[in-house]
Amino acid sequence: MTNVSVAKEDVATSDELVVLRSVNKHFGALHVLQDIDLTIARGEVVVVIGPSGSGKSTLCRTINRLETIDSGTITIDGKPLPHEGRELARLRADVGMVFQSFNLFAHKTVLENVMLGQVKVRKADKKQAGEKARALLDRVGVGTQADKYPAQLSGGQQQRVAIARALAMGPKVMLFDEPTSALDPEMINEVLEVMQQLAREGMTMIVVTHEMGFARSAANRVVFMADGRIVEQATPDQFFSNPRSDRAKDFLSKILHH
Amino acid sequence: MFDFLDGYDVLGAFWTTVQLTLLSAVGSLVWGTLLAAMRVGPVPLMRGFGTAYVNIVRNIPLTVIILFSSLGLYQTLNITLAAKDTDAINFRLAVLGLIVYTSAFVCEAIRSGINTVPVGQAEAARAIGLSFSQVLFLVVLPQAFRAAVGPLTNVLIALTKNTTVAAAIGVAEAALLMKDMVEKEAQLLLISAIIAFGFCCLTLPTGLILGWVGKKVAVKR
Repeated sequence: MTNVSVAKEDVATSDELVVLRSVNKHFGALHVLQDIDLTIARGEVVVVIGPSGSGKSTLCRTINRLETIDSGTITIDGKPLPHEGRELARLRADVGMVFQSFNLFAHKTVLENVMLGQVKVRKADKKQAGEKARALLDRVGVGTQADKYPAQLSGGQQQRVAIARALAMGPKVMLFDEPTSALDPEMINEVLEVMQQLAREGMTMIVVTHEMGFARSAANRVVFMADGRIVEQATPDQFFSNPRSDRAKDFLSKILHH
Repeated sequence: MFDFLDGYDVLGAFWTTVQLTLLSAVGSLVWGTLLAAMRVGPVPLMRGFGTAYVNIVRNIPLTVIILFSSLGLYQTLNITLAAKDTDAINFRLAVLGLIVYTSAFVCEAIRSGINTVPVGQAEAARAIGLSFSQVLFLVVLPQAFRAAVGPLTNVLIALTKNTTVAAAIGVAEAALLMKDMVEKEAQLLLISAIIAFGFCCLTLPTGLILGWVGKKVAVKR
């Protein structure tokens, strides 16, 4: 009996990759995250949606501690988030992050952007890092741009490079903080396609987005946030066709009819 | 017309000016960068030190610093910076004084450069697991320096002219030569013009070349 229950626990813990427990955060008087409990399983694709100011970006940024939290715990792969220093840097290397404004290193070429973390954090050999970087750039469809500088690329291309840069670290989980919000409409799909491919390949992903199409087609679960709380969680089908909370109904009625 | 120049080593004096400038420039660039790193760093003690250093040093007249390095360091505390004769000692003390003073301005020029680097650059660098010093030296400072070429050029030109203060402790550079000539010769206007022309020969190309460099290395966003 005991053995069985231990085994069960093992399965349970190894299956939970990112766990947030009663996480709270304030920006001054504003309570941006209120008692957030959220568990993301290995290989799961979770899309976080909600109105502006609902705390979804902040939630995303707390997971690699770009934002600190006031109380609660966040664990990644069973390890609590370290506070500062080397330990935190090591954890961040395992958590890929894609930003709304791309944030490619402006003084480095596309190839150097994808190599930097491999060489300086993973201590990879330069030649191998270069080969891996080129392979990743090919995979996201910008292999021919490797020697250009970020400012010479379109927004969609830059964001795909940013995805390659995060993937180069071999992350356990990828965070996407509104990855298509700064893009021209015709460039959104090229980025979403890369993300969809990643999802199919089994990458664990937490995606903050306004792209409902992506949520429908790629997500295992939709998390709806409003006013710093998780109001509702459901499969995309359930959520979009039959939202339970009034807040979600109101939100969907505003975005889905035009 | 220029006969009175016989017996004076004008080029030699300007060569000393150039040496003072270059050595102080390198020294204050290194120390100023470290000060800037302290001022933007996470350690409160270092931040406090950097802030205090800059605010104290840049408010003391350079003449006082240079005189202190000779009267205080050498004649009172007998610090000679490993030099043997008085000329060499004074030269090195002058370089030290110029570094101490100029680095405060270099620090602020670099900090203004750091302010032009978007926060997202540092966030992205942290997100791939770089340590604080890696973020600073691999991502933020390389971009900050490119933006700071203009302000740093101003500091370098000011430094070139500030080396004349070293005359106060007897370093044989251009201003000391001028003082010497003015005492012994009659062509006061001409002497001043020659020295002024010499400084323009040093500083004008500095401004033009670094202005071009600044445009060349500017980070496109």
